[in-house]
Amino acid sequence: MSGSKSAVRAGTAQPTSKIASRRQRWGYVYVAPFAVVFAVFLVLPLGYALWMSLHNKGIATAGRNVFVGADNYVKAFTDPVFLEGLWRVVRFVLVMVPVQIVVALVAALLLDTLATRLSRVSRLLIFVPYAIPAVIGALMWGFLYSPRFGPAQDVFGLVGLTAPNFLSSANIFGSLVNIVTWQWVGYYMIIIYAALRSIDPSIYEAAVLDGAGRRQIALRIKVPMISSSMVMIVVFALIGTLQFFTEPQVLRSSAQGAIPSDYTPNMYAFATAFNYSQFNYASTLAFALGFLVFVGSYVFLFLTRKQSGLK
Amino acid sequence: MANSTLLSRTRAERAAAERTTGEPVGQGRRIGSHLVLVLLAIYFVVPLWWLAVASTKTNAGLFGGAPLWFGSDFALGDNIATLFSYQGGIYWIWFRNSFVYAIAGGVGATVLSVLAGYGLAKYRFRGRGAFFALLLGSVMVPMTALVIPTFVLLSGMGLLNTMWAVILPSLLSPVGVYLVRVYAQDAVPEEVLDAGRVDGAGEIRLFFQVVLPLLRPAIVTVLLLTTVATWNNFFLPLAVLRDPNLLPVTVGVYNWQALSNAGAGGEQVWNLIVTGSFISVVPLVAAFLSLQKYWQGGLSLGSVR
Repeated sequence: MSGSKSAVRAGTAQPTSKIASRRQRWGYVYVAPFAVVFAVFLVLPLGYALWMSLHNKGIATAGRNVFVGADNYVKAFTDPVFLEGLWRVVRFVLVMVPVQIVVALVAALLLDTLATRLSRVSRLLIFVPYAIPAVIGALMWGFLYSPRFGPAQDVFGLVGLTAPNFLSSANIFGSLVNIVTWQWVGYYMIIIYAALRSIDPSIYEAAVLDGAGRRQIALRIKVPMISSSMVMIVVFALIGTLQFFTEPQVLRSSAQGAIPSDYTPNMYAFATAFNYSQFNYASTLAFALGFLVFVGSYVFLFLTRKQSGLK
Repeated sequence: MANSTLLSRTRAERAAAERTTGEPVGQGRRIGSHLVLVLLAIYFVVPLWWLAVASTKTNAGLFGGAPLWFGSDFALGDNIATLFSYQGGIYWIWFRNSFVYAIAGGVGATVLSVLAGYGLAKYRFRGRGAFFALLLGSVMVPMTALVIPTFVLLSGMGLLNTMWAVILPSLLSPVGVYLVRVYAQDAVPEEVLDAGRVDGAGEIRLFFQVVLPLLRPAIVTVLLLTTVATWNNFFLPLAVLRDPNLLPVTVGVYNWQALSNAGAGGEQVWNLIVTGSFISVVPLVAAFLSLQKYWQGGLSLGSVR
């Protein structure tokens, strides 16, 4: 990102006297505490997961880790459960990410044109779900969806309809999309809104002189000008959705039978590790998923490098 | 992405834009726009309204009557009292644990991020470029991929099932370092540091007296992001904690809900789950509502990433 660019710029500007170069070593002092945590809780676990995924341990190997090469990966990528989970989170990405971005963008564009008290209050209310832990949000929606507790029947009854069972296998996908959208739209909206506020208003005046309407200003000027923020939001949403875990895990017990314990790749890895104690295979699943997420977001950033300003 | 002028430009401009509406005004009252916004706001608030109302109901009251309005008896006080007595008041232990994890994890991660972000922005030591590249890559590593190997590592260190098992991994915030690094680049001018050095200030004094005040907006943002992340954490504590007395409120309430749904005899404590959920969201919602002016400026840092 641009940070590395400015780093190069700053690096050439510095006169290299001896005292100055000695002073630069203070950088190690400042970075060291984080570097230790980075090494122990990121590099080490990743390396360890990779090592575990290349070994197997079990009764057949007398409880010792034996090197098996890519065997676990061959197993994972031919494992119908894992592949089905992957395909499911990809479908979640395809539905959930656009829905969240569009709602957040519409809300932010509306807020940007309004400066009333009502619009400020709305902004705050739309943002509030961000402050709710995902577990509590999912629990709450579980209650709201529930035919026993929920207001769904009352709400649908108002217009003379029967509420669908939100927790059935057929509907659970949409119900989960709704929970995540509810949770994250406000956060994305605030980021988009802040980006919109940083556009120089004189640009709009020029556009109005050229006869542009409100909608044209929004779509032709505002959206292109905030494309780097949009790209970042999509990356965050993408990374978050591919790791989908908390909401389906919490909803599992309310939606009896509609969400199996291997619904998403992360849930499958969790169950493999903690229900079946197969840590080698669980590490393989986690590492494979992590790798795919990394590659997926990298490819996305590469394809959108023009919009995001990344070179 | 963050072209470095953007940060400094936005602040001046936002102040100017605050009074205008970012677009030519005087096109009517915008009733349609307001209507859409209000409908959105209702959608986002109704679930919370339901939670607040439901926390005033008894177990029986939850199943009958109008879900979105108060029942005949107002049982919030009773429910809170029951939270103090049920299973020896374990709910409040979870609540305290959540605070400990969020504060220790949030403050710790912020301290590390500020130090490292500043060090990367203002000192040209050998290996800096490589480390920064590594850091950027790590932003795209899904944190949940680390949970299972972290579990095994913590087990090797004998830290499983201790508070450290949640706190130590929470200290890692690559995004926090990145934000401080980008912010410090422009917010801490080289001339100010050099002036301090000419006056004989050491690097440490410089950091506390000159740098920290300049970085305040970034510090608030990172503190907010990391505290919220730790408070909301679920996967990690679910994996590394077994002792019920160490759980954060998220995992604790989740366990109650799973037991109640399993229908185990005498375990149907819906009113406690609802009231417990309601109380657990109060601190963060209150913090966000009262600290508006900090996070609204702060979260916008995310927009220039």
